[in-house]
Amino acid sequence: MDEASAPDAPLLSLRGLEKSFPGVRALRAVDFEVRAGEIMALVGENGAGKSTLMKILNGVDRPDAGSLRWRGREGFPASPAEAQAAGISMIHQELALVPDLDVGRNLFLGREPRWGPGLVDRRRLYREAQEELDQLGLAVDARATVRDYPLAQQQMIEVAKALSLRARLLVMDEPTSSLTGREVEVLFERMRSLRSRGIALVFISHRMEEIFAIADRITIMRDGAVVSVDPAANLDADEVIRRMVGREVGDPGEGGGWPAVAADAEPLLEVEGLGRGRAFRDISFRLQPGEILGVSGLVGAGRTELAEALFGVRPAEVGRLRVQGREQRIRHPGDALRAGIALVPEDRKGQGLFLGMSVGANTVMAVLSRFLAAGLFLRHGRLRRVAEQFVERLRVRTPSVRQEVRNLSGGNQQKVVIAKWLALEPKVLILDEPTRGIDVGAKAEIYRLMRSLAAEGMGILMISSELPEILGVSTRILVLHEGRLAGSFLPAETDSDELMRAATGTRAVAAGEGAAG
Amino acid sequence: MSGPDRKSADPPAAAAAAEGRIRLLRLLRQGIVFLILLALVGLFASQSDRFLDARNLSNILEQNAALVVVAVAVALTMITGGIDLSVGSVAAFAGALSAGLVVQLGWPPGLALPAALAVAAGMGAVNGVLVVRGGLPPFVATLAMLGIARGLTLLYTGGRPIGIARVEAYTFLGRGEVVLPGLGVAVATPVLIAALVVLLASLLLRYSRVGLQAYALGGSEETARLAGVPVQRIKVLAYASSGLLAGVAGLLLTARLYSAQPQVAVGLELEAIAAAVLGGVSLFGGIGTAWSAALGGLLIGVLGNGMNLLQIASYQQQMIQGAVLVAAVALDQLLRRQRTRVGN
Repeated sequence: MDEASAPDAPLLSLRGLEKSFPGVRALRAVDFEVRAGEIMALVGENGAGKSTLMKILNGVDRPDAGSLRWRGREGFPASPAEAQAAGISMIHQELALVPDLDVGRNLFLGREPRWGPGLVDRRRLYREAQEELDQLGLAVDARATVRDYPLAQQQMIEVAKALSLRARLLVMDEPTSSLTGREVEVLFERMRSLRSRGIALVFISHRMEEIFAIADRITIMRDGAVVSVDPAANLDADEVIRRMVGREVGDPGEGGGWPAVAADAEPLLEVEGLGRGRAFRDISFRLQPGEILGVSGLVGAGRTELAEALFGVRPAEVGRLRVQGREQRIRHPGDALRAGIALVPEDRKGQGLFLGMSVGANTVMAVLSRFLAAGLFLRHGRLRRVAEQFVERLRVRTPSVRQEVRNLSGGNQQKVVIAKWLALEPKVLILDEPTRGIDVGAKAEIYRLMRSLAAEGMGILMISSELPEILGVSTRILVLHEGRLAGSFLPAETDSDELMRAATGTRAVAAGEGAAG
Repeated sequence: MSGPDRKSADPPAAAAAAEGRIRLLRLLRQGIVFLILLALVGLFASQSDRFLDARNLSNILEQNAALVVVAVAVALTMITGGIDLSVGSVAAFAGALSAGLVVQLGWPPGLALPAALAVAAGMGAVNGVLVVRGGLPPFVATLAMLGIARGLTLLYTGGRPIGIARVEAYTFLGRGEVVLPGLGVAVATPVLIAALVVLLASLLLRYSRVGLQAYALGGSEETARLAGVPVQRIKVLAYASSGLLAGVAGLLLTARLYSAQPQVAVGLELEAIAAAVLGGVSLFGGIGTAWSAALGGLLIGVLGNGMNLLQIASYQQQMIQGAVLVAAVALDQLLRRQRTRVGN
C-alpha cells in the first residue's frame, strides 16, 4: 500500500462542488470528505443531492465547478472505470451482478486472468475469487451461481468484488434496504472489519437506528448543500431529521383555499386491510370527493406498490376495496378503469406516454371506443377536437395536437398523461410523483390542476417524496413506513419533522391513527 | 426543454406554421422510400431504353405483387413491436393446399381458395397465441412456424409440384386482367389485389381503433397495457392478419407459376422484412405505414429488374441490394434526428 500521508488527512476530499441540471441546482458549494478507516454516513431527503454527489465521485457526472482530491492527487474521474481503477467503488441499491453467472466470473468480469491470448485462466480465476470471498469470511462458493444466494449474500459478493478491485473507498447506497435484521447485523460486522483494515466507507441510508449503530461521522445534506458534518456521538436522530428537513418549508401552492370537503359525502374510495407480500400490509383509508390525499414515505416504503395495487398493475393479495360504496375486485388495469380509478405512473416515459405518437393520439388512447364509426373506424375530426379541448383546458404548451409527445417539455408531457385519464372521467386519480423532473413553473400548474379537479369532486391520491409538496398540496397526509401505515396527519397540524419521524419509524405513532379518515 | 413554450406569442399563426412543418417532416420521413424509388427509375431509364417500356413496367408490378403483399404482412407485426418470419412458408402452404383441394379433391376454387386463406390466417393466429400465451419471443415462435409450415407443404405435396394450368380461377388470378369500371383501364389481377391489400391495410392502420392501438402497443407496450388497450387481442390479430396476407401472396405465386411449388417463396420473409425496413417500418415497433412498406417492396422489384436489364450478374446484384438497404436506412436515421431537432 502506497499512502504515506498523515494518519488524519482525508483520503478523499471534495471542495466547492457545483452542479446544475436544467431547472435544478443539484449541488451548491458542497464540501465532502472521508478519512481512511472511517464510516461516513451521508443523509438527506430524497433529492437533497446525495446521488448527484456520488455520481460525480464515481465518474458518471462531471461537476460544473469544484475540486476533488483523492489520496493526494487532484482531478475528477472521467468514468466509473477510472474511478474503480483509482480505488473508488460503488455498491448500488440495485445489485450490479450478473445473476446467471457464477460468483467467480462475476468477481472478475471484464478483467479475467489470462492464460494465453484470448483464453481465461479458469483455475486462477476461481482460486483468487475464493481467496477474496474467504477473506471476508463469507460462506460462498466461487463456482456457484450468484442467483442461488440470498440477497444479503449477493450484497456481500458485491463487496468482495469491490475489494478485489483494491478499493480504498466503498460507497454503499442503501445497502440494507433489502436485508432482514439479522442480515443487517452481519453486514455491519463486515463493515467494521473493513474499517479496521483502513478502508473508508460512505454509508447512505434513511434508517436512523442503523446510521447511529455504524457511522463514525454524519454528513447531512439539504437542497443540494451540506448542512453539517459532525461525529455521530454528538448527534441524535431528532437533530439529524431536523437538519435534513430544515425549518423553512417551501410553499408549493399559494396555501389555503382547500377545496371544501363535505364530511358527510359518500367516500369515493374505501380501502380495508390491503396487502401484498412484503411490499405493504394492513393498509386502510378512505378518500372523499374533493380530497387530495398525500402519501408520504421513504423510497421503498411501499407507496408505488400501493398505487400499483389500487390500479391493478400488481394486484393486492388481501384486503377489500370499495368505490362509491361498491365492492370491487381489481385484478388488472382494465378493472380499475371500469371502477373509475386511474393512475398517472411515476415512470412517465416508460409507462405513461407513447413518446413517438402525437399529443392527440396520447390524449384519446384510453377512450377510443367513444369515437368509433361502424364499430371499426375512428371519427378523426371528433378525436382531434376532443384532444384540442384537453390541450386547452390543461394548458399543454404544444404547437399542435399533431406534435409528437417526445418533443414536449417534462411538465407538458405530464399534462398529456393526465389528459389521457381525464378523458375517461375517473372518480379517483392516483398520481405517483406527479412533479418529478418538472421545472418550478410547470409544477405550480400541475398543483393548480390537481386542486381544480378536486374541486370538481374528484378524489386524488398523490404519492410524493417531496415533503413541501405533500404539506402544501394535500388536504390530508398518510405516511408509510416499511409497508405499513405509520400515521395520518392534517397538513395544518403537522410539519415536516413529524412526517419524517413517522417515515423513518423513529417515533412510534399511536396505533389508532393509522386508520383515521 | 422549454422549446414549445417559447412560441406561444402568436398562437394561431405559429400553430399553423408548426403544424405544416410537422406534416412535412412526417411526409418526408415516410416518403424517403418514394424518392429513392424515383431516383432508381430515373437511373435505369437513362441506362436502358427498355426499362420504361409499358410491358416492362407492368411486368415489374406483376412480378412483385406477392412481395408487396407479404411486405405489408410483416409490417403489420413489426408495427406492434413483433416480427413474422413464417410468411414465406405459410404462403407456400396456402398455395399448395388450395391447389391440392382443387386438383386432387375436386373442390370448386370458390371454396378451396378461401379455405386455404382461412388456414393461413389460422397459422398466423397460432403464432400470435404462442407469443401472447406461451410467452415466446415473436422471433422464435414464427421461426418455428417457418419450419413447420414448410414441412407441412413438403408433406402435403410429397415434394412434387401440383399443376393447376387448366384451372380458370388461377389463370385469372395469375395472368388475368380487370377493366376498372369508369376508367376503361385494364389492370392485371395480381396488381389489383396487391393494390387493394395496401389500400385496406393503410386505411385500417390509419383510421381504425385497432390500427391506432397497434401503433401504441409497438410504441410502448407497458403504457398501452396501463391505458386499457387489449394488448393480447391486438397482437393475435396482427399475426392472424399477417398469416392471411401470406396466404394471399401464396395464391398469387401459385397462380403465376401455373403450379403449387413446394419450394416456392423460400427466403421471401427476408425480402419482405427488407422491404418493410426500406419503407421506414421500425424493427422496434410503433413506426411505419403499410403503403411505405409496399413501396419498399416495389423498390426491391425495380432494383432487380433494372439490374437484370443492365445485365449485372446475380452475385453482384445481391451485394448491391444489401448496399441499397444500408444506404436507405442510414438516410432514414439521419432524417429522424433532423425531426427531433426541428420539433424542439
